This record gives sequence, C-alpha cells and structure tokens, in this order.
Amino acid sequence: MTTPDDDDVWLDDDAGPLIRPYTVNAGRTRPTVELDLLSLVITTGQASSRTDPEHLKALGLCHKPLSVAEVAAYMRLPVMVTKVLLADLVDCEAMTMRAPRPTSGSNDRVLLEKLLDGLQRI
Amino acid sequence: MAYNESEVFPTQVKILIAGGFGVGKTTFVGAASEIEPLSTEELITAASVGVDSLSGVEDKSATTVALDFGRITIDHHGIVLYLFGTPGQERFWFMWDELSSGALGAIVMADTRRLQACFEAVDFFERRGIQFLVAVNEFDGAFRYEPEEVRAALELDPRVPIVLCDARDKQSATSALRSLIKHLLSAVPSPTA
Repeated sequence: MTTPDDDDVWLDDDAGPLIRPYTVNAGRTRPTVELDLLSLVITTGQASSRTDPEHLKALGLCHKPLSVAEVAAYMRLPVMVTKVLLADLVDCEAMTMRAPRPTSGSNDRVLLEKLLDGLQRI
Repeated sequence: MAYNESEVFPTQVKILIAGGFGVGKTTFVGAASEIEPLSTEELITAASVGVDSLSGVEDKSATTVALDFGRITIDHHGIVLYLFGTPGQERFWFMWDELSSGALGAIVMADTRRLQACFEAVDFFERRGIQFLVAVNEFDGAFRYEPEEVRAALELDPRVPIVLCDARDKQSATSALRSLIKHLLSAVPSPTA
C-alpha cells in the first residue's frame, strides 16, 4: 500500500510504476540534440526559456563543462531523461555542448603519452 | 556568448572497468577516481535486440542498468579520463553500445576463485576489437595463481597483459591503468619508425 503523499512512484498493478522523471520530459524519450554519455555541456549565461526546477538545476550545475553522465548522476535522473533536459537547454541556447571525439584515441600516440605522463604523477 | 572550444572543453577519454559481479569493479573505480564514484542508470529495452513478432505486447523486458563511474583529471595536459565500471550483474550492459563505443580500452577484473565470471567481458572486448588487459584482483584468502595459469584458463591471446592488482589501493589501481596505456602504446607504430 502506498501512502497518498508518496509522489515518487504511483504503484498500480495494472499501470505499473509511473516514474516521475519521465513526466518531467512530458513523455519525450528522444533528445532533440545528439548527446553521448561523454558529451560536455556548459551554461552559456543566456536566459533560458525553460524555467522549471529540473532545467534550472541543470543550468546551475554546468557553469563548468560537465559530461552528460555526471549531470545525470548529480541530478539522480536516468541518462535518457537527462539528455532530453539538456537538449532543451541547448535548443534555447542557454547551454552549449561539445560532442566527444569521434575516435577513441587508442591510436593517438601523443594522447596516450600525455595520459601515461599524467598517471605517472599520481 | 562565444566559446573557444579547445580552451573551455578538455579532451575526454574513457576506459571501461569490466568483469563479473562482485569482482571489485566499483572498488577499483573508487580507488582510482579523484572524486567519489558517481552512479547513474539507463533504461535498456531488450526488445531492441531480437525480432519481436508480437508487436504491441507490452512485455519488452525493459531493464534498468546502473553503472558507477569516476574521473581522473590530468590538468596540465587538458585531459579528463573517465572510468566506467560496467554493470556486472546484468548481462544487458552489452547492449549499451554507447558505453563501449569510443572507449580507449578496458580492464577486465578477474577473481581467481571464479574466473568464469569474466568470460563474457573478455569475449565482448575481443569481438569488438577493444584492447584490454586482465587485472587479477588479489582478494584476501584467494589462492594465488600464476598469471600464465590465468591466461591458459581464459584462453587469452599471448599479447593481452595480465597484471596483479589490489582494487582497494589507489596506487595499485593507477598502476593497472598505466599498464593498459603502455599496452595501447605498444600497438601504435612509433613516429620515428
């Protein structure tokens, strides 16, 4: 039996759980901008046309570049929900994004040497 | 506001920490990461793999796959390394293409008491052509096998390095990461060659 003030999940045998984060996105499950787990987003400083709490929270997190994965973790939202939110903000230019590099870098000697140098200083 | 991308955004790389359930992946990520490991989840729909002739039937066996990740910032080179611990309990992470695509390489954690738990991960990286090494987590009380015994049991290619590791120890975890980078470097032709 769920308590009436339990607003996180509505349990109903027929309907299954209604997960609130997805209602934030008005049921949308596809972001309008291509975002990867490691896409970086940063707040531009431009006023957002999105002013609900989740969008504002995301904007507040991203004064420094942050990956989509990190935003999802800090907001405690599934990755796909986070992507939809962030895409909204990129759409209205309150955020800008950069996609991760197309290749992994496993053939990039210069990058690997820098990485090794960095790990040797830990 | 205009941004100069290379100034604002660091170069990001991703290494996967894989292996069976309970083998110490999260411990490894936590030991190596400069931040407390973060956790997020994704909803994976199993229907996207196979053909589902019963369209409209609401039994898509969607499953939530959680993963832990950490970060190592190498400031003076403008690099951020992300360590993603792949979910070990769920076989479904293999469907999370986004997780493995673009990965620099992987560390497969192995527990010598149940080596079979890492077969799937070894197989997955071999098929995808993602370079990896095997890190044998030295649990207290675990029988110490020789690396070559582990190699034989896992039928590993002779080129795949095997290292011993204490996943709880920052230096040991970092050392395993260095071994992986050296392994990757060994496969890249030298610029002077």
